Amino acid sequence: MDPKPPDIDVEALIEDIAVRTARRIDSLGMEQPALVGIRTGGVWLAARLRERLAIDTPLGELNIAFYRDDFSRIGMHPTVEPSQLPFGVDDRHLLLVDDILYTGRTIRAAMNEIFDYGRPRTVSLIVLVDRSGRELPIDANIYGMRLSLAPDEHVKLLGPDPLRLEFCAHRS
Amino acid sequence: MSVPDIQLDSHGRLRHFLTIEHLPQNLLIEILDNAERFTVVGDRAVKKVPLLRGKTVVNLFFEPSTRTRTTFELAAKRLSADVMNLNIEASATSKGESLSDTLRTLEAMATDMFIVRHQDSGAPEFIARQVGPEVGVINAGDGRHAHPTQAMLDVFTIRRHKPDFERLTVAIVGDVLHSRVARSEIHALRTLGVPDIRVIGPRTLLPTDIEALGVQVFHNLARGLEGVDVVIMLRLQQERMQSALLPSGHEYFHTYGLTPAHLKHAARDAIVMHPGPINRGVEIDSAVADGPQSVILQQVTHGIAVRMAVMSMVLGSYVQTT
Repeated sequence: MDPKPPDIDVEALIEDIAVRTARRIDSLGMEQPALVGIRTGGVWLAARLRERLAIDTPLGELNIAFYRDDFSRIGMHPTVEPSQLPFGVDDRHLLLVDDILYTGRTIRAAMNEIFDYGRPRTVSLIVLVDRSGRELPIDANIYGMRLSLAPDEHVKLLGPDPLRLEFCAHRS
Repeated sequence: MSVPDIQLDSHGRLRHFLTIEHLPQNLLIEILDNAERFTVVGDRAVKKVPLLRGKTVVNLFFEPSTRTRTTFELAAKRLSADVMNLNIEASATSKGESLSDTLRTLEAMATDMFIVRHQDSGAPEFIARQVGPEVGVINAGDGRHAHPTQAMLDVFTIRRHKPDFERLTVAIVGDVLHSRVARSEIHALRTLGVPDIRVIGPRTLLPTDIEALGVQVFHNLARGLEGVDVVIMLRLQQERMQSALLPSGHEYFHTYGLTPAHLKHAARDAIVMHPGPINRGVEIDSAVADGPQSVILQQVTHGIAVRMAVMSMVLGSYVQTT
């Protein structure tokens, strides 16, 4: 059986992701890669990885509210900080970071937004948790752990200090 | 049913944007915060987001306008909506079609939103009551009544320079009587908690009951500008001078035109605004309009982001409730 999120050592997962990300940067020969976090959890994680991997490029932050595919169903999302990619995207290797990979729709929206800033050389997806329930053909290049959850079970990253995973079930 | 009732739905969301009056402070702040997010879009390589993809927006202008119409058009296009511009003076009404029939025709083309400018006060509200339940209406200026998106882009510009509304002194100078911009600005500034709002102008161009809106009245420009943080100049329409409300443009400029000398009475870091188009040498000196304290062109840029915010909030309120 999978370990339940309260027992998961998030710090160990981040360390593991960091090691594998460093290896990926190396093997793909990425020069001056940039970390791009998806708000909010992905930004926490990306900031940690940037520090751990000593990446010089400033942290990119994406708020994909304007790119969601559910505007006509649920309208505008509550106001949060806007996206900021404080570096040239053209020809750069991007490391896109999110906390939980679930349906894949957030990643689709994030990639659409990234391409409105320019044409990156490569985009790699790094997530803390890869959970079941994908609705689009999207996969993570690096993930901390995989969880098999029912549709009414949810896992959430809380933070930023300390980072921890919360597990809940909504029965409807 | 009054205007505020049709502007908001039962969840307090913006269904139409017709006037600032009676809108709650948190909604105005939500518009400003959303506009702040949209300004970032204008700085990117691709200045477009897919939020309103597939929506149809009609600019319904019964009165000529360049700046307002083009910024609404650009705002809609940056949200990926399809936009049609209709200059009604030049089309249907001249063929004898009634306003209701024109609206029905446009609705039959599955229009999601009307942006309305009209010389008669209340026309956008009339249209908001005519259209179907899923169609949003935004007032782009009606008669002497209101010009709410202009007021919002003005307070957005103020907030960018002077974020603390509760400590501000704002002066609105000129033809307040005929100005829908001034009226909407006063409501917006009041709602956002600006404690000291002044109107400055000749008696013939100030409404007699203006103090009821909670403003101080000055007829002397230098005295009115004393220590103010924001100076909003209003456009003096040429026809006012022909209608005996004013002696001459030259004399008006001498008494109420904003010159560098007059501006010295305001706070040293005061900003100067104008909704445009400006009459150089009538209400404002070129040295001020083009000077370091002028934020007039920023107002135009901010107008796009503010209109994107309002359009997406209005169309975002028409969501499936199931």
